[in-house]
Amino acid sequence: MKELFVLAEHRQGELRDVTFEMLTKGREISQKINADLTAVLLGHDVKEFAKTLAEQAKKVLIIDDVRLENFNAETYQKVLSYLISERQPSLTLIGHTAFGVDLAPSLATELKMPLATDCIDLDFEGERLVVIRQVYGGKVNVKAMLRKSESYIVTLRPATFEAQEVKAAGGQMIEVASPLSEDITYKRFIEYVQPPAGEVDITAADVIVAIGRGIKDADNMPVIEKLAKALGGVLACSRPIVDKDWLPTDRQVGTSGKTVKPKLYIAVGISGAFQHISGMKNADLIIAVNKDGKAPIFRVADYGVVEDLFKVVPVLTERILEEKSS
Amino acid sequence: MEIIVCVKHVPETAEAEVTIDESGKRIKTEDLVYDINEWDDYALEEAVLLKEKHGGSITVITVGTEEADKTLRKCLARGADRAKRLADKAFEESDAFATAKILHKTIQNLPFDLILTGAQAGDDGFAQVGGILAELLGIPHATMIKKIDVTEGSVKVNRELEGGLEQVMEIKLPAVLAIQTGINEPRYVSIMGVRKARQKELKVLNLADIGLKEEEVGESGSWITVEKMFIPPVEKEAEILTGGLDNIATKIVETLRARGLI
Ligand SMILES: Cc1cc2nc3c(=O)[nH]c(=O)nc-3n(C[C@H](O)[C@H](O)[C@H](O)COP(=O)(O)OP(=O)(O)OC[C@H]3O[C@@H](n4cnc5c(N)ncnc54)[C@H](O)[C@@H]3O)c2cc1C
Ligand SMILES: Nc1ncnc2c1ncn2[C@@H]1O[C@H](COP(=O)(O)O)[C@@H](O)[C@H]1O
Repeated sequence: MKELFVLAEHRQGELRDVTFEMLTKGREISQKINADLTAVLLGHDVKEFAKTLAEQAKKVLIIDDVRLENFNAETYQKVLSYLISERQPSLTLIGHTAFGVDLAPSLATELKMPLATDCIDLDFEGERLVVIRQVYGGKVNVKAMLRKSESYIVTLRPATFEAQEVKAAGGQMIEVASPLSEDITYKRFIEYVQPPAGEVDITAADVIVAIGRGIKDADNMPVIEKLAKALGGVLACSRPIVDKDWLPTDRQVGTSGKTVKPKLYIAVGISGAFQHISGMKNADLIIAVNKDGKAPIFRVADYGVVEDLFKVVPVLTERILEEKSS
Repeated sequence: MEIIVCVKHVPETAEAEVTIDESGKRIKTEDLVYDINEWDDYALEEAVLLKEKHGGSITVITVGTEEADKTLRKCLARGADRAKRLADKAFEESDAFATAKILHKTIQNLPFDLILTGAQAGDDGFAQVGGILAELLGIPHATMIKKIDVTEGSVKVNRELEGGLEQVMEIKLPAVLAIQTGINEPRYVSIMGVRKARQKELKVLNLADIGLKEEEVGESGSWITVEKMFIPPVEKEAEILTGGLDNIATKIVETLRARGLI
C-alpha cells in the first residue's frame, strides 16, 4: 500500500495547527492517489499526541526518544531520512514553519528527492506532482512541476488549508525503535526564550492602526499616531518597522508577531505579505490604505483606499476629530 | 574568521507594477529596480560585524548576470573583501537546488569558518539554499537566525520561531546560517567605502571554471520548473473608495459611525 506522510509538528507540549491543516490536505490527496495517510510523530512522551493523531490518520508512526523532545533539525533529519528510506512514502508533507524550513531542504538533499517549499496548493497530475506557490511578495502565483520521482517532499504554508475536524479514522499506532545511535553531535538545543511582554497589549485592542514600510521614515510616524489617537486605538505595525526599531517588537502583527482580532484594523502602507495577513485577517472590519492598487492587502480588506497615505491620513484624522466633537 | 556571504540581486516589487511576460513563465523585468535581497543585506551586515569583532575576511558570492555586479559592489563598499559572480547561460532557470549546487562547487575549495545566507530570497521565496548548501558541504546549518555569538569552534544562535518565541541552539563550526531580518541595522555605504571598493577583486566564473556539468544546473538540474505564472485569483475584493479625499474620508467616517466605532 502506498503511503503519504504528514510530519506532526509540536512545540512546548502542543500539537501545532499546521499539523491538522496538513492532515486535511493530506487526506484529500491520499484518497486521490490511493495511499494510506500516515502521521509521523517524533518526540518524547508523546502518547497524548499520538491519540489525537490516530483520530485523523490511518497510521501513526511514533518514534519516542529523549533526543527528539525539542525540535532539532539534526536529529529530526536523521530519523526522518531513515523512515522515508524504509517506507518510501509517495509524498511527505512538512509545515513551512520555522521548524520545517530548518529541516526540509537538507533532508531532501540527503534523500535526493525533489522538494517544493511554501506551497499553497498541490496535486498529482498522473505521476507528476504539481504545486502552486506565491512569488514576488504575493503579487504573482506560480504553477510549478516537480522533477519526476517515486517520492516527493513538500512544505505547506501554514494557515492556508482549513483543518477539518475528523474523529473517526481509528488509526493504528506503530511504535518504531529510534534509529539514533550516537549522541547529538553538532547541533544542540539549549533553551526557548520568550519575548518580553511590552507595555501595550495590541491583542486586547478594539481599534488598531497599523503602519508598514510605506511610512518611509521614522519622522513620519506622528502622522499615523494622530490617526490612532483620534480613533482611540493603538498603533501596530508590519515587520520592517520593528526590524528598524521604530516600534517595539510587541507591536508587530503577523506570523512572527502577534495575532489580532480587533473590531477595526486600518492597514496603512502595508503590502499584505501572507506573514502579515495571517495575523490580522480575522479582524471584523479591515480598511487598507496603499498607493498600489494591486497590493495583496486589498485581497483581505473590506474597504480600500488607493492613494498616497500622506494625503489620506491627515484628512481622515481631521474628519474623525470633527465627527467626535460634533 | 573567514566568512562567505551568499547574496542575490532581486527586483523590488512591493511598490512596482508587476506584469507577466508573453512566455507566461516570467515577469517583465525591464522597468524594475534591482537591489540586494533584503535578507542578504542583514546577512552581509552581520558578516561585517563579526569581522570587526573577530578579524578575518569576507567573500561575497552571487549567481547572476552582469547586473548583479551592482549588488556585489555595494557589498564590497560596505566591508566585504572580495566578490565572486557565477555566470553562465546554462545557469538560467536554476531553482534553489541548482543554485545551491553552483554555490557549493564554488565554495568547496575556499577557506571558510562560516557561511551566511538570507533566510529567503524576496523574489521566489524558496527558503532553501542555505539548508541544501550545508548538506552538500556536509556541514551543519540553522535558519531564521536573530542572534549570533561566536565561541570556541562553535556558535550560539537564536532562531526565531512563530509568535516571537526564540530557540537557542549551539552549532559546531564551520556552519551555514540563514539570517532573518532585524538581526542588526544594515549600515549605509560611505563615500570612502565606495572608493576603496574599486580596488577590490570581483571575479567572474562560469560553468567550466567550477566543474559542473550542464545538466546539473539550469532547468535540467532543478527540482522544480515553472509551468506558468498568473495573477492570484481574488477571493474577496475590497470595495475601493473613490471620489476624492473628502468623499473617501466621509465614507469611512460614516462606516465607522454605523458600526459604533466613533
Ligand atoms: C519567516 C518570516 C516571518 C515574517 N513575519 C512577519 C510578521 O510577523 N509580520 C509582518 O508584517 N511581516 C513578516 N514577515 C515579512 C513579510 O514577508 C514582509 O516582508 C513584510 O510584511 C512587508 O512589510 P510591509 O508591507 O510594511 O512592506 P512592503 O512589502 O515593502 O510594502 C510597503 C507598501 O507600502 C506602500 N506604500 C509606499 N509608499 C506609500 C505611500 N506614500 N502611501 C501609501 N502606500 C505606500 C507600497 O505600495 C507597498 O505596498 C516575515 C517574513 C518571514 C520570512
Ligand atoms: N542566485 C543566488 N546567488 C547567491 N545566493 C543566492 C542566490 N539565490 C539564493 N541565494 C542565497 O540563498 C538565500 C535563500 O534563497 P532562497 O532559498 O532562494 O529563498 C538568499 O537569501 C541568498 O543568501
